[in-house]
Amino acid sequence: MGLRLTKPWLSNEQALAKVRGQMGVYQLADADGEVIFMSYAGGRSLGGLRGEIARSLTEQAGACQVRYEITTSYLSRYKELLMLHQAEHGVLPTHDPKVRLGRLSPAGGANGS
Amino acid sequence: MDLNLTPEQDLIIGMVRRFVREEILPLEQYLDPDADELEEDDRQRLTAKTREMGLYGLDIPPEYGGPDIDLVTRTLLAVEMSQHRAGLYAPCYGTFGGAGLAQLFEATEQQKEQYLYPTLRGEKRGFFGLSEPSGGSDPARAIQTKAVRDGDDWVINGGKLWISGADKADFGLVFARTDTDQGRNGVTCFIVDTDQPGFHVRRIVHTLRSAHYATELQFEDLRVSNDNILGQLNKGFAIANDRLTRQRIPYAAGCIGVAIKAQEMALEYVPQRETFGAPLSTRQSIQWMLVDNDIDIRQALWITLEAASKAQQGESFRKEAAMAKLVATEAGGRVVDRCMQMFGGLGVAKDLPFERWYREMRIRRIGEGPSEVQRHVIARELLGASLR
Repeated sequence: MGLRLTKPWLSNEQALAKVRGQMGVYQLADADGEVIFMSYAGGRSLGGLRGEIARSLTEQAGACQVRYEITTSYLSRYKELLMLHQAEHGVLPTHDPKVRLGRLSPAGGANGS
Repeated sequence: MDLNLTPEQDLIIGMVRRFVREEILPLEQYLDPDADELEEDDRQRLTAKTREMGLYGLDIPPEYGGPDIDLVTRTLLAVEMSQHRAGLYAPCYGTFGGAGLAQLFEATEQQKEQYLYPTLRGEKRGFFGLSEPSGGSDPARAIQTKAVRDGDDWVINGGKLWISGADKADFGLVFARTDTDQGRNGVTCFIVDTDQPGFHVRRIVHTLRSAHYATELQFEDLRVSNDNILGQLNKGFAIANDRLTRQRIPYAAGCIGVAIKAQEMALEYVPQRETFGAPLSTRQSIQWMLVDNDIDIRQALWITLEAASKAQQGESFRKEAAMAKLVATEAGGRVVDRCMQMFGGLGVAKDLPFERWYREMRIRRIGEGPSEVQRHVIARELLGASLR
């Protein structure tokens, strides 16, 4: 697993047709590809990734692309992706405000791999 | 030899047991099954409660404001505090506080002002940076991070792996080689500030645990003042070794607590669950699993309490601590595994805590020195000079 989420972006419809009920993390982006929302499907998520993504799409106006990664390490991966976004963009996308984050400085600077 | 609890121990243990059952377990009904943090308002509310109970900061010496509770009792309390889903790595979600980095109690007054007291007040967090990609169980040889003197400073280059909490820390204890020819006598412990240029948290290391993660660190010309040496130059190994030995007792206690809880759940379940017209509890195969669990738990508990007792009395407890860590982590794994088997499909579902304990308990046989290293420590203590 690389540091970044490198799965392909899918349209909302494509994503909902493809995604199943596993645990994992996901991002929603606007038409320009800017990540506007990040979350995860954990052990208590109804319908797993499929359920969480479907629910988020109804709540996040402007979301028209989805990408997701299946992982049982959903909590640590979720925090990692948020910290990475913070390091690269200086701001966080919408996320669960109750999550306490640390800080990352990826190798090679903000654009390193 | 009296193995009974004193009335005071009985009272304190009862308080903590009620706290776990009445405050922690209900919250876990709603938390993610892998969560290791409470929501902030719950954390504050419960921390205020442990302060009222006079049990906050159990491992803080009384002269620094901690409750004056002996190590045997603290070990028994650690067994109680871990008896919930997140209990192995987040006993009571940290609401009983901790000593932070106990090594700082030996720091200079200036270092205490800068790091220890703010940590005890909850204003700063620290991390312990010993293990490297080259290994963690043999720090005397594995440490390749180097510190080179430059005027009044030291310049550190290298990296650390498997470091907990570094991404959220304000400072850390970093062990670096200051004399390449001296083996264990060439390692120094530095207190480093994480906001200094050259300090990098490169990545999260994902493991069997989902919430609690380790990090990988890199130091690039990280400058540290000579005043930030903890202890003496080239004497860092003793600090690391002391920490590793002491840590084995609470590490063992956590495994015992989880095993006790798993066994309690199994004992409640097997008389109710029927197969082929009879309760599981009537099956000899199930009875033997419960018996083996009970024996595993008792062996681990007595060995761990003996280690705590020796440490409390100021005696050498290196062998006993290694034995406690070895026995408790392996016994804990066996107990959780048997309980999963008794619960069948439910045992592996996230509805119950067994699958989390199973994953996390597996790490315990590796973390803080794997079983093989503990056996090595015990063998050296038994055979002494004849091995060298």
